[in-house]
Amino acid sequence: MNDVLHASVWFAQLCFALAMVNAAIAMMRGPTAQDRVLAFDTLYINGMLTLLLFGVRWTSFMHFEVAMLIALFGFVGTASLAMFLYRGEVIEP
Amino acid sequence: MIPQIPVWAALPATVLLIIGGLLTLVGSIGLLRLPNFFMRIHSVSMGNTLGVGCVLVASMLISSAVTEALVIHELLITLFVVFTAPITAIVLMQAAIRRARPPRL
Repeated sequence: MNDVLHASVWFAQLCFALAMVNAAIAMMRGPTAQDRVLAFDTLYINGMLTLLLFGVRWTSFMHFEVAMLIALFGFVGTASLAMFLYRGEVIEP
Repeated sequence: MIPQIPVWAALPATVLLIIGGLLTLVGSIGLLRLPNFFMRIHSVSMGNTLGVGCVLVASMLISSAVTEALVIHELLITLFVVFTAPITAIVLMQAAIRRARPPRL
Protein backbone atom coordinates (compact mmCIF):
# COMPACT_ATOMS: atom_id res chain seq x y z
CA MET A 1 0.00 0.00 0.00
CA ASN A 2 2.90 2.32 0.74
CA ASP A 3 4.27 1.91 -2.78
CA VAL A 4 0.91 2.91 -4.24
CA LEU A 5 0.87 5.99 -2.00
CA HIS A 6 4.38 6.87 -3.08
CA ALA A 7 3.46 6.48 -6.74
CA SER A 8 0.39 8.68 -6.28
CA VAL A 9 2.50 11.42 -4.67
CA TRP A 10 4.81 11.23 -7.70
CA PHE A 11 1.83 11.35 -10.05
CA ALA A 12 0.35 14.39 -8.32
CA GLN A 13 3.71 16.18 -8.46
CA LEU A 14 3.99 15.38 -12.15
CA CYS A 15 0.50 16.82 -12.71
CA PHE A 16 1.43 20.00 -10.84
CA ALA A 17 4.66 20.36 -12.81
CA LEU A 18 2.75 20.03 -16.10
CA ALA A 19 0.22 22.58 -14.83
CA MET A 20 3.09 24.97 -14.01
CA VAL A 21 4.46 24.52 -17.54
CA ASN A 22 1.01 25.27 -18.96
CA ALA A 23 0.71 28.36 -16.77
CA ALA A 24 4.14 29.61 -17.85
CA ILE A 25 3.20 29.17 -21.53
CA ALA A 26 -0.09 31.00 -20.90
CA MET A 27 1.75 33.78 -19.08
CA MET A 28 4.04 34.30 -22.07
CA ARG A 29 1.26 33.96 -24.64
CA GLY A 30 -1.74 35.63 -22.99
CA PRO A 31 -3.15 38.36 -25.22
CA THR A 32 -4.23 40.74 -22.46
CA ALA A 33 -2.84 41.73 -19.07
CA GLN A 34 -5.56 39.99 -17.07
CA ASP A 35 -4.71 36.68 -18.78
CA ARG A 36 -1.16 37.03 -17.55
CA VAL A 37 -2.31 37.78 -13.99
CA LEU A 38 -4.55 34.70 -14.09
CA ALA A 39 -1.65 32.56 -15.32
CA PHE A 40 0.50 33.91 -12.46
CA ASP A 41 -2.22 32.91 -9.99
CA THR A 42 -2.24 29.35 -11.37
CA LEU A 43 1.56 29.26 -11.32
CA TYR A 44 1.98 30.14 -7.66
CA ILE A 45 -0.79 27.84 -6.46
CA ASN A 46 0.75 24.90 -8.32
CA GLY A 47 4.19 25.74 -6.96
CA MET A 48 2.75 25.80 -3.45
CA LEU A 49 1.17 22.37 -3.93
CA THR A 50 4.41 20.92 -5.33
CA LEU A 51 6.33 22.19 -2.30
CA LEU A 52 3.68 20.77 0.05
CA LEU A 53 4.02 17.35 -1.56
CA PHE A 54 7.80 17.51 -1.17
CA GLY A 55 7.08 17.99 2.53
CA VAL A 56 4.81 14.93 2.48
CA ARG A 57 7.43 12.83 0.71
CA TRP A 58 10.26 13.73 3.06
CA THR A 59 7.97 13.92 6.16
CA SER A 60 9.23 17.36 7.13
CA PHE A 61 7.03 20.05 8.63
CA MET A 62 9.22 22.92 7.47
CA HIS A 63 7.85 22.74 3.93
CA PHE A 64 4.38 23.47 5.30
CA GLU A 65 5.47 26.89 6.54
CA VAL A 66 7.13 27.70 3.23
CA ALA A 67 3.93 26.73 1.41
CA MET A 68 1.92 28.94 3.77
CA LEU A 69 4.21 31.89 3.03
CA ILE A 70 3.93 31.27 -0.72
CA ALA A 71 0.13 31.27 -0.42
CA LEU A 72 0.12 34.52 1.59
CA PHE A 73 2.51 36.49 -0.62
CA GLY A 74 1.03 35.09 -3.81
CA PHE A 75 -2.39 36.29 -2.74
CA VAL A 76 -0.98 39.74 -1.95
CA GLY A 77 0.73 39.91 -5.35
CA THR A 78 -2.27 38.73 -7.34
CA ALA A 79 -4.74 40.94 -5.47
CA SER A 80 -2.58 44.03 -5.91
CA LEU A 81 -2.08 43.33 -9.62
CA ALA A 82 -5.82 42.83 -10.08
CA MET A 83 -6.58 46.01 -8.15
CA PHE A 84 -4.10 47.84 -10.36
CA LEU A 85 -5.87 46.55 -13.46
CA TYR A 86 -9.23 47.47 -11.96
CA ARG A 87 -8.56 51.00 -10.74
CA GLY A 88 -5.26 52.11 -12.19
CA GLU A 89 -3.60 52.40 -8.78
CA VAL A 90 -2.99 49.93 -5.99
CA ILE A 91 -3.54 52.00 -2.83
CA GLU A 92 -6.05 54.78 -3.05
CA PRO A 93 -4.83 58.22 -1.92
CA MET B 1 10.58 8.19 2.14
CA ILE B 2 7.15 8.01 3.69
CA PRO B 3 7.17 5.53 6.60
CA GLN B 4 4.75 2.62 6.64
CA ILE B 5 1.26 3.94 7.36
CA PRO B 6 -2.00 2.02 7.88
CA VAL B 7 -4.43 1.31 5.05
CA TRP B 8 -7.29 3.46 6.40
CA ALA B 9 -5.12 6.55 5.80
CA ALA B 10 -3.20 5.42 2.73
CA LEU B 11 -6.18 4.47 0.57
CA PRO B 12 -8.15 7.77 0.84
CA ALA B 13 -4.91 9.74 0.57
CA THR B 14 -4.03 7.98 -2.69
CA VAL B 15 -7.47 8.59 -4.18
CA LEU B 16 -7.48 12.25 -3.08
CA LEU B 17 -3.99 12.88 -4.43
CA ILE B 18 -4.85 11.43 -7.85
CA ILE B 19 -8.13 13.37 -8.03
CA GLY B 20 -6.47 16.62 -6.94
CA GLY B 21 -3.63 16.30 -9.42
CA LEU B 22 -5.96 15.55 -12.32
CA LEU B 23 -8.30 18.44 -11.41
CA THR B 24 -5.47 20.95 -11.26
CA LEU B 25 -4.01 19.67 -14.53
CA VAL B 26 -7.37 19.87 -16.29
CA GLY B 27 -7.91 23.40 -14.98
CA SER B 28 -4.60 24.62 -16.30
CA ILE B 29 -5.05 22.87 -19.66
CA GLY B 30 -8.25 24.90 -19.92
CA LEU B 31 -6.09 27.99 -19.37
CA LEU B 32 -4.39 27.24 -22.68
CA ARG B 33 -7.22 25.87 -24.77
CA LEU B 34 -10.36 27.89 -23.97
CA PRO B 35 -11.06 30.82 -26.29
CA ASN B 36 -12.41 33.50 -23.94
CA PHE B 37 -11.02 35.13 -20.79
CA PHE B 38 -14.14 34.42 -18.77
CA MET B 39 -14.11 30.74 -19.74
CA ARG B 40 -10.44 30.57 -18.75
CA ILE B 41 -10.93 32.15 -15.31
CA HIS B 42 -13.87 29.82 -14.70
CA SER B 43 -11.91 26.64 -15.41
CA VAL B 44 -8.82 27.75 -13.50
CA SER B 45 -10.53 28.96 -10.34
CA MET B 46 -12.80 25.91 -10.07
CA GLY B 47 -10.03 23.40 -10.73
CA ASN B 48 -7.50 25.07 -8.47
CA THR B 49 -9.78 25.45 -5.47
CA LEU B 50 -10.99 21.85 -5.55
CA GLY B 51 -7.51 20.49 -6.29
CA VAL B 52 -6.00 22.41 -3.37
CA GLY B 53 -8.74 21.09 -1.08
CA CYS B 54 -8.16 17.47 -2.13
CA VAL B 55 -4.36 17.63 -1.83
CA LEU B 56 -4.44 19.35 1.57
CA VAL B 57 -6.90 16.81 3.00
CA ALA B 58 -4.60 14.04 1.73
CA SER B 59 -1.61 15.76 3.35
CA MET B 60 -3.52 16.03 6.62
CA LEU B 61 -4.32 12.29 6.52
CA ILE B 62 -0.72 11.30 5.81
CA SER B 63 0.72 13.61 8.51
CA SER B 64 -1.77 12.34 11.09
CA ALA B 65 -0.97 8.72 10.27
CA VAL B 66 2.80 9.30 10.33
CA THR B 67 2.93 11.14 13.65
CA GLU B 68 0.07 9.05 15.16
CA ALA B 69 -1.61 12.21 16.40
CA LEU B 70 -4.19 14.57 14.97
CA VAL B 71 -2.36 17.06 12.73
CA ILE B 72 -4.65 19.72 11.36
CA HIS B 73 -2.42 22.68 10.65
CA GLU B 74 -2.81 22.15 6.89
CA LEU B 75 -6.34 23.38 7.54
CA LEU B 76 -4.82 26.88 7.71
CA ILE B 77 -3.71 26.78 4.07
CA THR B 78 -7.03 25.21 3.03
CA LEU B 79 -9.08 27.94 4.69
CA PHE B 80 -6.79 30.63 3.36
CA VAL B 81 -6.96 29.42 -0.24
CA VAL B 82 -10.70 28.79 -0.08
CA PHE B 83 -11.28 32.31 1.25
CA THR B 84 -8.89 34.19 -1.03
CA ALA B 85 -9.31 32.45 -4.41
CA PRO B 86 -12.86 33.86 -4.95
CA ILE B 87 -11.68 37.37 -3.98
CA THR B 88 -8.94 37.26 -6.60
CA ALA B 89 -11.33 35.83 -9.19
CA ILE B 90 -13.98 38.50 -8.53
CA VAL B 91 -11.53 41.41 -8.73
CA LEU B 92 -9.95 40.01 -11.91
CA MET B 93 -13.34 39.52 -13.55
CA GLN B 94 -14.39 43.07 -12.68
CA ALA B 95 -11.11 44.37 -14.09
CA ALA B 96 -11.67 42.39 -17.30
CA ILE B 97 -15.22 43.72 -17.64
CA ARG B 98 -14.06 47.28 -17.10
CA ARG B 99 -11.17 46.94 -19.53
CA ALA B 100 -13.35 45.39 -22.23
CA ARG B 101 -15.77 48.33 -22.13
CA PRO B 102 -14.79 51.45 -24.12
CA PRO B 103 -13.81 54.37 -21.87
CA ARG B 104 -16.45 56.89 -20.95
CA LEU B 105 -15.94 60.43 -22.21
